[in-house]
Amino acid sequence: MKPAPFRYVAAYSLDHALALKAEHGDEARFLAGGQSLLAAMNFRLAQPAFLIDINPLRDLDYVRRGGSVVRIGALTRYRTLQRDPVVANHQALLAEALPHVAHPQIRNRGTLAGNLAHADPASELPAVVLAVGGKLCARSVKGERWIAVKDFFTGPLSTALDAEEMLAEIELPDLPARTGVCFLEVARRRGDYAMIGVAATLTVDAGGTCVAARLTYCNAGGTPVSASAAAKALVGRRISEKAIGEAAAAAMREIEPPGNVHASSDFQRHLAGVLTRRALAKAHTRAMSAA
Amino acid sequence: MVTRYLGAPITRNEDARLLTGRALFVDDVNLPNLLHAAFLRSPHAHARIKSIDVATAKQRDGVIAVITAADMGDYWRPGPLLVPPPPIRDIVFNQCTQVPLAKDKVRHVGEPVAMVLAESRYLAEDALADIVVDYEALPAIVDLADGLKPDAARIHEDLAGNTAAHVRQTKGNYAEAVKRADLVIKRRFVYDRGASSPIETRGIVAEWDGKADRLTIWDTTQAPVVIRNGIAAMLGLSERQVRVIAPFIGGGFGPKIMMFYPEEVLVPWMAIKLSRPIKWIEDRLEHFFATTQERGQVHDAELAIGRDGKIIGVKDVFLHDTGAYDPYGLTLPINSQCTLLNAYVVPHYDSTFTAVFTNKPIATPYRGAGRQHGVFVMERLLDIAARQLGIDRIEIRRRNFIGPDQFPYNNEIIYQDFAPLEYDSGNYGPVLDKALELIGYDKFVRDPTARRTDDGKHVGIGVVFYIEGTGIGPYEGARIQVQSSGRVSLATGVGTQGQGHFTSFAQITADQLGVDVRDVDVVTGDTDQFYWGAGTFASRGAVVAGNAVNEAAKVVRQKILRAAAEHFECAEADIVIANGKASVAGVSERAIGLGELAQRANPLRGAVKPGTEPGLEATNYFGPARGATANGAHAMIIEVDPATMMIEIKKYVVVHDCGTVINPLIVEGQIHGGVAQGIGNAFYEQLAWDRDGQLLNASLADYLLPTALDVPHIDSAHTVTPSPLNPMGIKGAGEAGAIPVGALFAQAIEDALDLPRHGVEILEIPLSPNRLWELIGPHLDKKEAGSP
Amino acid sequence: MSDERHRVATTVNGTRHQRDVDGRLLLSDFLRHVLGLTGTRVGCEHGVCGACTIQYDGLPVRSCLMLAVQADGHEIATVEGLAGKDGTLHPLQQALRDTHGLQCGFCTAGILMTMTAFLAEHPKPTEPDIREALSGNLCRCTGYQHIVEAVTLAASRMGGRR
Repeated sequence: MKPAPFRYVAAYSLDHALALKAEHGDEARFLAGGQSLLAAMNFRLAQPAFLIDINPLRDLDYVRRGGSVVRIGALTRYRTLQRDPVVANHQALLAEALPHVAHPQIRNRGTLAGNLAHADPASELPAVVLAVGGKLCARSVKGERWIAVKDFFTGPLSTALDAEEMLAEIELPDLPARTGVCFLEVARRRGDYAMIGVAATLTVDAGGTCVAARLTYCNAGGTPVSASAAAKALVGRRISEKAIGEAAAAAMREIEPPGNVHASSDFQRHLAGVLTRRALAKAHTRAMSAA
Repeated sequence: MVTRYLGAPITRNEDARLLTGRALFVDDVNLPNLLHAAFLRSPHAHARIKSIDVATAKQRDGVIAVITAADMGDYWRPGPLLVPPPPIRDIVFNQCTQVPLAKDKVRHVGEPVAMVLAESRYLAEDALADIVVDYEALPAIVDLADGLKPDAARIHEDLAGNTAAHVRQTKGNYAEAVKRADLVIKRRFVYDRGASSPIETRGIVAEWDGKADRLTIWDTTQAPVVIRNGIAAMLGLSERQVRVIAPFIGGGFGPKIMMFYPEEVLVPWMAIKLSRPIKWIEDRLEHFFATTQERGQVHDAELAIGRDGKIIGVKDVFLHDTGAYDPYGLTLPINSQCTLLNAYVVPHYDSTFTAVFTNKPIATPYRGAGRQHGVFVMERLLDIAARQLGIDRIEIRRRNFIGPDQFPYNNEIIYQDFAPLEYDSGNYGPVLDKALELIGYDKFVRDPTARRTDDGKHVGIGVVFYIEGTGIGPYEGARIQVQSSGRVSLATGVGTQGQGHFTSFAQITADQLGVDVRDVDVVTGDTDQFYWGAGTFASRGAVVAGNAVNEAAKVVRQKILRAAAEHFECAEADIVIANGKASVAGVSERAIGLGELAQRANPLRGAVKPGTEPGLEATNYFGPARGATANGAHAMIIEVDPATMMIEIKKYVVVHDCGTVINPLIVEGQIHGGVAQGIGNAFYEQLAWDRDGQLLNASLADYLLPTALDVPHIDSAHTVTPSPLNPMGIKGAGEAGAIPVGALFAQAIEDALDLPRHGVEILEIPLSPNRLWELIGPHLDKKEAGSP
Repeated sequence: MSDERHRVATTVNGTRHQRDVDGRLLLSDFLRHVLGLTGTRVGCEHGVCGACTIQYDGLPVRSCLMLAVQADGHEIATVEGLAGKDGTLHPLQQALRDTHGLQCGFCTAGILMTMTAFLAEHPKPTEPDIREALSGNLCRCTGYQHIVEAVTLAASRMGGRR
């Protein structure tokens, strides 16, 4: 289990990294945390010819507050996110999901941007970011473009980034007032990919009527999956046990989890129903107490 | 003799080296000019090899050699049969042992087809991709029953079918006895078993010294002496020319004994041919295929029982998956067959098994070694009988226990050591009582609030009993020598994989010789240090090697007494040995250090009396007549979330009787580790094979070893019923923790979810949330299941 | 594509090392086979077992999921550097010995490098905290109980010191 040969270059600037990527395209991979990439390379499941190490680019490691968004750099590690007050105060869903990502040693090294660019549909954070919304900055030698999160994930391990681009920044919007969030998952062991996980956001008006909701799932398809119809059906309703139950039932019908070695498609669907109900109930309680 | 150390929780002598990173493991061996091996392994479970092209691989920079079966000449031959079948009447056994490199056919995924030797492991792996093998895929035998169908593909074409063995053992006359039964329970039980997964995978380094004509091998083996003898024979060398060192080993658990793994055959051979040292370290992916595993069984069992809850007889017919080859003989299914009888009086027993070749890696003993399969069947049958007869599950066990006055108890069938299955000693009632007390059984079953948590989880309790045949022969030996420094050196032939032999053997020696336990230096697993031995398996290290150490130490003690008596010109009876000195009783100034005494016992000039042996040294051996039978009870309180089928163990209790305990700290560690592996087997670890014999979860991300969050705190207690079969009264403790856990999970989860009410029984292991949902989900009401 | 050599200048347990290595050499192999610091163990090479855990600029990481070249200009700590120069064991090493918190000892270095860092951040940990922190290190021998006891014991002996 040793990686196949590749050329390694430590980037000395963002421009340098982007120039290399422009030159080598799909043959090249960026090395950020490397916690998924190197494991795949050790199995020789991934054999990039060229590795562009962006770890020297310390100025890509940041969490910034700007207006009503949080900006996260290409090299910001899970550990940083877990300890950053900006994340704790403004991105509660991300904060709640982070402890479920692997183990401390992995979180000391892995990055959010690397995780999103790797686009493993079983991973927690693509589903979280999909629930939060916002946009992703793709940079290349040609400049930058912004991709809405909902358009970013295009399939298992594939994204809307083109061969020359780096996921350079993640911009997550604040959630509206009176919004409650909840991330829940059921994993065989702590730190494993979940059999299924749900990210829920629920916004209520002063009177307790739902004005917005989102439900997204990890390990429920080829990309992080949204149950938009189920969530949308909550809008305009007063949140009750019945409303939550109906939304969870609708979500179960809406998603089509493929099943895997740990959970059949049926069991995943069942768990999605259970977790959706629990997550919405918790998000509702939080929304009401935030009011 | 003063026993300062025996039975005391002595911290370990070996720990300082291990804790500071100084201990030598096989992959730490670094030699000048070292070559590295990598193996091309079959991607097919069953296929014919039409051609192999290694030309490109040989051309690659850094590649020194590429070997296939065709290159091996006469050296290519199937491995020996490690354990011949026991003398059972009408036994059928078809010997088909593994080969070093597949020749015409591959029989499981991961079977080695070619070996690459290169200047680095990285380069060797690069070259694997250059080798082109043309395979003709054949249908894979994965399911046991499928393998026995008349039209099934034959794995070994010289056999008439895929039957590896067929064995029937009986006691009494079940067919007659069943007619007297008030109740006959028939069920099918399925018990699968996984991969040992020590954190250190296997590995071997071999170095040929052409000037000294000597081969040195560092091997992660549990049986260095056996490997030395076998390799010497294969290579046409004297055993004295081969030194096998099993240094620190990162966990064994059974599969680190084989005769031989292909890598053990090939690496030393090529090291001699190339006159360069070679290293092969199994990587984690290889471990899922290249190391033996313990495989599944399917039992069709019936229990004939009286209204009074007394067992009349058991009939069991089972299939055993032996994998693609059967070098380990019948140890596993015979363990299952024998251990099924458990701690109970079973007047009539009729057990037949068929071992089946499948296109899966070879099955050999892994902690528990088939015993858990038998215990599962019996414990489940008793649970079902208790329910149907309206008898408490504890009471039904009590009514059938072999009584304390019935030992030695002969079960009238043959055990894996070829001796009759006779239990040496035991007192089961107090063991069960203690477990009930520690788990709070009475309180739990009487408390109606105990069965639900505030957040809707279901709570259940389980209590099961087991026995374990341990400490079988043939023998082990030890050599003990008092050094002129006063320190004591001890060498034995068994290897050690974390069991604390450096300490427990030192304790025995220190007590006999009156020295500090820290002054006893133990060497294990180096064939140059001790010539004879069988190995570490079947929970036998403490029993067999421990008693050998004791016997050798007794002889050295006698030599000390004699030498000191001569020195002080007094009677031996007047000599006291303590604190590293021999002294005359009551005259403390008349004392001599053991080191000085040892020096005097090895004079460099002058004459000695005829018959004098030099030094204070002795070698001795111990071989028990048969294995000692340990026993115990496990109990557990478990919470189950009926919506997710996730579990949480709230309390876990082990009460264990392994006779005399040398070191309670070490025994407790053995129990904890066994339980952890048992929990893995019961609820986390499952090798998921598809219909083509491909393993779907060959990584530690998907083959789930329990973590610190999955293994609970374990409360343990002991009773002591010494074994009459060895002077120290020891029984083995290594495997006990793992044996009853599957039965315990099944009972406790049934209890938690009140499954009998739904007509559901748990008749299989391993379980998982997904499997529980399949079994139980349809029976739960929607609210209970948390469904929206 | 052929390997290129890269200069690595790194400090391991306070000692400077400079070597030329292949770009693809894993940090775990570099420590073990180039520098000869074999106390760091390798168990899975895909980041699950935790045996190869070292500290990289003070933080525990899997050395099998990093490249040797990434050590250039960084500080590494391994198990060989834990005990004092006079051989005094680190309090956690001593506690593991006292509680029988290791059997085969193969996972121990990784556990030490994870849990000494944990104790530095959590001087008064609860048992659930310890188990959570330990959950990224697999041990096949001990069932973890004695390791958990050792961490508790070390924390109390360290008296809340970081």
